[in-house]
Amino acid sequence: MMAVSTPQREAEVAQDALHAPDDRGRRERGFEFGLLIATAVAVVVLAVLLIDIAIDGLPFINSTRFTEYSSRFPEEFGFRSGITGTLSLMILVGLLSFVIGVGGATYLEEFAPNNRFTRFVEANTSNLAGVPSVVYGLLGAGVFVFFFSLGRSLIVGAITLSLLILPVIIVASREALRAVPNALREAGLGLGATPLQTIGRQILPQALPGILTGTILALSRAIGETAPILVVGALFSRRSDNVPWDIDDAFSALPIQVFDLVKRPQAAFQEQVAPAGIIILLVLLLLMNSIAIYLRNRYSRSS
Amino acid sequence: MATEVSGRGTDLSAGSPRWGERAILAFLLVCAAVSVLTTIGIVLVLFTEASGFFRNNESVTLTGFLTGTTWQPFGGAQGEYGVLELVNGTLLVTAIAMIVAVPLGLATAAYLSEYAPGRVRRSLKPTLEVLAGVPTVVLGYFALTFITPVLRATIGEIWTVSIFNHLSGGIVVGIMIVPTIASLSEDAMSAVPRALREGAYGLGATKRRVVTRIVMPSALSGIVASIILGLGRAIGETMIVALAVGNLPNLTFNPLDQGQTMTAYIVQAVQGEAPRGSLTYQSIFAVGALLFVMTLVINVAATWFVRRFREEY
Repeated sequence: MMAVSTPQREAEVAQDALHAPDDRGRRERGFEFGLLIATAVAVVVLAVLLIDIAIDGLPFINSTRFTEYSSRFPEEFGFRSGITGTLSLMILVGLLSFVIGVGGATYLEEFAPNNRFTRFVEANTSNLAGVPSVVYGLLGAGVFVFFFSLGRSLIVGAITLSLLILPVIIVASREALRAVPNALREAGLGLGATPLQTIGRQILPQALPGILTGTILALSRAIGETAPILVVGALFSRRSDNVPWDIDDAFSALPIQVFDLVKRPQAAFQEQVAPAGIIILLVLLLLMNSIAIYLRNRYSRSS
Repeated sequence: MATEVSGRGTDLSAGSPRWGERAILAFLLVCAAVSVLTTIGIVLVLFTEASGFFRNNESVTLTGFLTGTTWQPFGGAQGEYGVLELVNGTLLVTAIAMIVAVPLGLATAAYLSEYAPGRVRRSLKPTLEVLAGVPTVVLGYFALTFITPVLRATIGEIWTVSIFNHLSGGIVVGIMIVPTIASLSEDAMSAVPRALREGAYGLGATKRRVVTRIVMPSALSGIVASIILGLGRAIGETMIVALAVGNLPNLTFNPLDQGQTMTAYIVQAVQGEAPRGSLTYQSIFAVGALLFVMTLVINVAATWFVRRFREEY
């Protein structure tokens, strides 16, 4: 059959030429599939990690793990000092980093003149975020343990962790403050409120959900940290078998106890008690993150 | 003379001094200055202790420290303090981590930014955040009790894999920084204007071409910055390597051997409760100072790179 040149036929020929050759389509799909696989790796590793720890640890979670102090015997080992230490650290770090972080963010976002000092503080804050956490531990050991003679105490651990997460809280709080519409500031000032009254009574309450979300997420990073408090002297020996009620008490923490257990020579500690401790730690972090996500969803006006 | 009314950036100070407000403002300024004090504190502590390390001991010199290849720190004055052995461990682990993290992180970023449907994006991003939030001591446990046995059961058939080895730690450090690289690179890729993509499509490019020839080169400064930041995190990572790589300084390039990184040495040495002023105690700070300088250079490089090569759209 002869091909008659009609407008319709010409359109078909033109479309054929635009169509990709077959192997090109295959390469396109192959590329997308490759990207998908690479993306899946991280998710799969996370899933394997959680399942592995659940299988290892869940059978060894029992009431002893919560009520007892550390022990030479795997079946008698409990995380009482670690759990209470971590909770005490959470309260102190939360208070310290929230007050200083929000104060610093408010100054930088609302008051700071655009001068060399401000720019230096900003550049410095972003550089601090890249300093390894173990170096903060050395700072804590050198300045607070020895120079201020605070010893290897709960308060030194709390200060060290607070300094570690301060850059994160400042960045998050500044973003939350920036998201508050300028009209609110102008309205407050127009009604005769001083800048501080405007910020304290109108702007900060508006920014609070964002600030709290950022603070809680940073806090959950802090209590998962091991290296800095190990360096300032969190303990896993029997000397830390106490509930730290006082800021100058010796202290332990959950990640510290997990580290100690993984390194113990007896297999039962590494294979049974350590994963149980990890589960307690992860559940605690999950609770904190859920609160942060709840706050974010509850108060976010957009979306 | 028109006064500015734009709110921020305007001088809003009261006509007469309010001392209470002044005090609060001063307090806020102090809060902002804490970060500067932190930096000063870090620099002072690291470099006074480190200088004591070099000044008070005839057996230790700065050149010997930086070029020596034997690290045997627990012998007091008889010890050998050649930090290259630790630097080697750190660099080997970091290299493995980057080999794992750069392809995975960039592919994840490209997928999230260019391919993933909205629903997939919304569930993938929080998952990556969760991975980024897993405590590193937990990742270290995973490296030691899961990745290492898997390595020994597979490639262990052919080569000798030590219980502690660089490869296992490096892989897990790499997984740890995938979220960092992915999320920062994705931001950079999403910021590439739509018009550039459409121009390429109009010229007949396929989607793969658009991603690899248009989007990635346009987002290069952000991508490189994310990789450099990931590199800094890999060098400073402590608990994964302390658990998985071991505590035996080792000048090796074999990733299946055990070794020790700078950070792992710090962790090991502080557990020995070395008395203040002792050579071991000061050596911790000397290693810490070197680590601090390395990460500082990396961070400054990242900032410089972004500023130098950023494409303004």
